[in-house]
Amino acid sequence: MSIKGQAYLMGAFEHPLRDAPDTSTAQLHAECARGALADAGLSYLDIDGYFCAGDAPGFGGMSMADYMGLRNVRHMDTTETGGSSYIVHVGHAAQAIAAGKCSVALITLAGRPRHGGRRPGAGMAGGAGGSGLSDGPPEAGFENIYGGSTHNTYGMCAMRHMYEYGTTSEQLAWIKVAASTHAQWNEHAFLRDVVTVEDVVNSRMIADPLHLLDCCVVTDGGGALIVTSPEVAKSLKRPKVRVLGAGEAPKLPLGGLDLDLTHSGAVWSGPRAFAEAGVTPGDIKYASIYDSFTITVLMQLEDLGFCKKGEGGRFVSDGNLISGVGKLPFNTDGGGLCNNHPTNRGGITKVIEAVRQLRGEAHPKVQVANCDLAIAHGTGGSLGTRHCAATVILEREG
Amino acid sequence: MSDTQEKPGLMSRPIPAPMVSVETKPFWDAAAEGRFLIGRCHDCGKAYWYPRNTCPHCMSGDTSLEESPGEGVIYTYSVMYRSPTGPYAIGYVTLNEGPAVLTNFVDVAPDGLSIGMKVKVKFQPTEGGPPAPVFAPA
Repeated sequence: MSIKGQAYLMGAFEHPLRDAPDTSTAQLHAECARGALADAGLSYLDIDGYFCAGDAPGFGGMSMADYMGLRNVRHMDTTETGGSSYIVHVGHAAQAIAAGKCSVALITLAGRPRHGGRRPGAGMAGGAGGSGLSDGPPEAGFENIYGGSTHNTYGMCAMRHMYEYGTTSEQLAWIKVAASTHAQWNEHAFLRDVVTVEDVVNSRMIADPLHLLDCCVVTDGGGALIVTSPEVAKSLKRPKVRVLGAGEAPKLPLGGLDLDLTHSGAVWSGPRAFAEAGVTPGDIKYASIYDSFTITVLMQLEDLGFCKKGEGGRFVSDGNLISGVGKLPFNTDGGGLCNNHPTNRGGITKVIEAVRQLRGEAHPKVQVANCDLAIAHGTGGSLGTRHCAATVILEREG
Repeated sequence: MSDTQEKPGLMSRPIPAPMVSVETKPFWDAAAEGRFLIGRCHDCGKAYWYPRNTCPHCMSGDTSLEESPGEGVIYTYSVMYRSPTGPYAIGYVTLNEGPAVLTNFVDVAPDGLSIGMKVKVKFQPTEGGPPAPVFAPA
């Protein structure tokens, strides 16, 4: 497959300013985007792919997509290669379009080095405020000052979920119980003690309604993956784990109307991945589900379609996530809740344990029988503000 | 120091200086005068938070800031206990104009908050910056 002839450049805009004392970097990005859309004769609603590099203020592509109100994005790429980034992005956009991952890609660049705008590549996550008229994440002044952490922003989600659906702390605790039941067999797990529902709900409160044992571990370490072509896979001596489908979706506050913190971007990323794979949640034998907190798991299971919205509490109870006991074995390595959450980014360990399960190389005490289809799903950022959901469906071949 | 810190049991929290940009300076200048501004789009007519030049509802650049009474109800909250300065509450207020605003809740005990509670904006001094909007029971 080649990108030759698979994509077209239909809009282009160069900002007229060469000196921008009164225009923020975020504003320059948006004005460029409007210019290119007008040139193409397209609407912001048509944009389903967004590409930016280190000059874009904020957290990856999410802050700028949120700033501009891009609500239909299903593909993002923040590859940073300095000044060539935007040429790289054209190639990547063509690949994404050829693969059907988006149909209208927006690429933006902007900055104001003459006015102290931060240098591109100075870090994607943004700082924690500060004085002076420096450009930072566009939302920073209105959010970073309130002491938001992962704990309490996820706590806000749990609080609202409990309010709307009657979800209880005891139900959330069952998620930790399942993870700890698996972690006891993992010699590398950070926490190997099996805990009870009572242990979780009696642990000290961190960010209401989340207790200490509702939270994941903080660990050093890391992981790596190799993804190959079918030809290379065939030449290797390892069991073959085939990628069947993938979906991604940012979830953004978009101005704050109709805020709903009881669901995640998985409501969009999940169906895309399942559709591409041609399977349904009911076909899944093993699920790696991002578990930064117990509430993270519960919301994502609902959003992915393993149960109905609001029924996650009942779904996770009574050991339903425990391998060999329940209907949906999850995070059999012990997950982020007990095993590992390297550098506060749990996505890669989710894929790694799914690969182990599909190869039949998980610990015998947690290996799912005849495990031929698995899901690995995660959210990055915060469910309480802006995040991106990502789903992959994996299959054992042969 | 805000006066609320002298009332035992009521939550307060030191707030660092907000980042101010050329785009958001008008908001913070108004905050220094005790006025609370939100974004309003002149194309789609909708209100939005956080303040910015581009409308996040329709991507129009024809927007302005307008004064709001800063009244609304708590959409959700979480009381943070892992804090060297004592428990504090973060949460969202759904303003009467529609947008949800991330904020701290002050002048209220940790067990005094509830979803749906009516709250109103007030401004709290920050550490070396303009005062920041926080919300207290109305």
